[in-house]
Amino acid sequence: MKKRIATVSLAGCFGCHMSLLDIDERILDLLKVAEFDRTPLKDLKKFTKRCDIGLIEGGCCNEENVHTLQEFRNNCDVLVAVGACAIMGGLPVMRNAIMNSEDPLRECLEEAYMNSPSVYNATNDIPNDPALPLILDKVYNCSEVVKIDYQVPGCPPSGDTLWETLTALIKGVPADLPYGLIKYD
Amino acid sequence: MRKVRKGISAVVYRSCKAFNHDRTRILDILRKVQTSLGCISGETMEMLAEELSSHRVEIEGLVSFYSFFSEKPKGKITIRLSDDIVDRFAGVDKVAKVFSDELGIGMGQTSSDLNFSLEYTSCIGMSDQAPAALINESVVTKLTPQSARTIVRKLKQNPVTSNLVKKKGDGNNADPLINAPVKNNIRRKGDVLLADRLPAEAGLKKALKMKADAVIQEIGHSGLRGRGGAGYSTGLKWELARKAKAKERYVICNADEGEPGTFKDRVLLTERPDLIFEGMTIAAYAIGGTKGILYLRAEYAYLLPYMESSLKKRRTAGLLGKNITGKKGFAFDIRIQLGAGAYICGEESSLISSCEGLRGEPKTRPPFPVEKGFLGFPTVVNNVETFCCAARILDKGARWFSGIGTDQSTGTKLLSISGDCTRPGIYEVPYGVAVTDVLDMAGADAPAIVQVGGASGDMIGRSSFHRKISYEDLPTGGSFMTFNASRNVLSIVDYFLEFFVHESCGYCTPCRVGNVFLRERIQKIKNGLAEEADLRYLKDLSNTIMMTSRCGLGHTSPKPVLSSIAHFPIVYASLTKERTDGRQASFDIQKALEESRRIAKRQSMIYDPVYGEAAD
Repeated sequence: MKKRIATVSLAGCFGCHMSLLDIDERILDLLKVAEFDRTPLKDLKKFTKRCDIGLIEGGCCNEENVHTLQEFRNNCDVLVAVGACAIMGGLPVMRNAIMNSEDPLRECLEEAYMNSPSVYNATNDIPNDPALPLILDKVYNCSEVVKIDYQVPGCPPSGDTLWETLTALIKGVPADLPYGLIKYD
Repeated sequence: MRKVRKGISAVVYRSCKAFNHDRTRILDILRKVQTSLGCISGETMEMLAEELSSHRVEIEGLVSFYSFFSEKPKGKITIRLSDDIVDRFAGVDKVAKVFSDELGIGMGQTSSDLNFSLEYTSCIGMSDQAPAALINESVVTKLTPQSARTIVRKLKQNPVTSNLVKKKGDGNNADPLINAPVKNNIRRKGDVLLADRLPAEAGLKKALKMKADAVIQEIGHSGLRGRGGAGYSTGLKWELARKAKAKERYVICNADEGEPGTFKDRVLLTERPDLIFEGMTIAAYAIGGTKGILYLRAEYAYLLPYMESSLKKRRTAGLLGKNITGKKGFAFDIRIQLGAGAYICGEESSLISSCEGLRGEPKTRPPFPVEKGFLGFPTVVNNVETFCCAARILDKGARWFSGIGTDQSTGTKLLSISGDCTRPGIYEVPYGVAVTDVLDMAGADAPAIVQVGGASGDMIGRSSFHRKISYEDLPTGGSFMTFNASRNVLSIVDYFLEFFVHESCGYCTPCRVGNVFLRERIQKIKNGLAEEADLRYLKDLSNTIMMTSRCGLGHTSPKPVLSSIAHFPIVYASLTKERTDGRQASFDIQKALEESRRIAKRQSMIYDPVYGEAAD
């Protein structure tokens, strides 16, 4: 039976997904043993079946991220946090540094939409369409919200790293990740 | 033309001149400036940097590192409440509230008229008379809400802290040069350190009749090991320092007693200053040292005038200076370096950094201080108690000393006992004494948890009370805290981690960040939101911190976590619960959305089920 893989980008930049495409023609080998379910690669937005592997890019900065992550946890046997943002919040988590404020979230929104020198916002409106998901009080990494089985470090992890990870997960053996693939200093 | 100096500039100049513009004495200079100006502002830092041919960033680094210096203006009177776990259990929060109400300022604030500052500080070495506080340099003990109210009213009428001492303490605490209400609380005297009528300078006189090598041999034979906690052989340390090739050698006495719950050095510094200096002089003779420094923690500044006068008397009596006791060619002198509020400076290489006028950060070893220590010269750093023991060993002989205690832990140990017991105080006991006997001596009230060795020590429960105080079983630098069954194990662990998070110097990541993560996880457990995986996480992270940190702080900071997990498994088991939904119980979506709902003035489409229906 082919393994089912789901992927999603939460508060990330899609860089990890681009990196996944760096496995190049090996994607054909991958599709011999696995198939994709819910993933932006196929533009499939709902789970069709329970999946074996879920790859999460990005942490949680709004309620929709949390909801999606919880859906992934409910529908995937193994959940992998891929990349710096999923593991520890990455760039978005920098907003958590606003903590000595009485109203950190408001300060963050005002900085982003009104006060920053590069912003032109004549009406001084902060986007608040009912269709927009509510933003969380701070950015949470994936393991703060649900249980995560594996983490693959990197910003982004290289195509080779992701290839090794997926092969190992599909075969059910420990991943062979030489130092060069997970060294980032 | 001479520059006319006024205001800040004059203070800066005078302070620098008092120490000959010596860059290594910058801690003393900053202290003088802080006292005169109430703060060390950016402007002052610039001037200091210019005066000392330094850079502003260096000065700023020091001011921000040491908690007794501040960039923002402090009140003329600063009240620092000791925030040790024993103080907490003794009700320091109620005392803090009274101070706060009476002064009209919160903790960590300064009154607008700049008369008062109020803050918490780490353990000030008064756990046997908790809750205690420092008011500028004076100590007040056994505080109650009533006495706090009286203190504030008195200070408002007459802002002189020495007037606060109603009843002086016993022994030298009543000396006009100390004039403190501190009690020695010496409960048990042993033969080595606290015996009455110790013969003055007997050890030094005998040592000076011997060859230096023989002195080191005697110390080696006695089996004396460092009393600060690490337990390194004193004889070996001295021998290494003597063998190192150098022009000069230094002897440093570590009186930066910062381990929570330790106060035995306070009593030695008060009652046995001459024995300490005698031991230092013997060490200097043994290793060929010419200069000594006693690093006194800032919290004990009230002892400084008395200790300075002891030094002066020794110089007059020919016990310090040139040709000591007439011995040709043996010259040695001691100065006292006052610290500025940093626990890490109790670690020997940080202490050396601090003596050199740097941030009290640990140095990379090797080279060890015995090879390259203070200013690059071979340096012996020993604890106050170690020097006292050394002096006694030279007087009474190695065999006498090694006859006390156990094989690997010779001599006696001073224990500072505090917590839930009727007789807190100082106990001189032979090594090898069982915890249960110590608890009996102290009149411990239904002891359930004992913390041996302070924050960086072991937390044990009833099943381990048979264990023995010694290097080979339960080592301690002197701290011994007992808690009864009404105390929460996790509150104690949480307190210790809070302490380490605050006191980490921040140099290396495992310690700076790791301790924060440990504390987060302990709080998760305390709040009943953890699973068994969290315990594994705590153990893994603890091992990482211990293995990869740069100095003793990180090597030991996870110990309260690991030893409490080992000795109180039931407590942890009852607070953790397996969860099958794959979610983290500690994540609260409702709380995470609260602020956002308020700002956006709408409810959540996902997490507010009644959205739309409840609209009125």
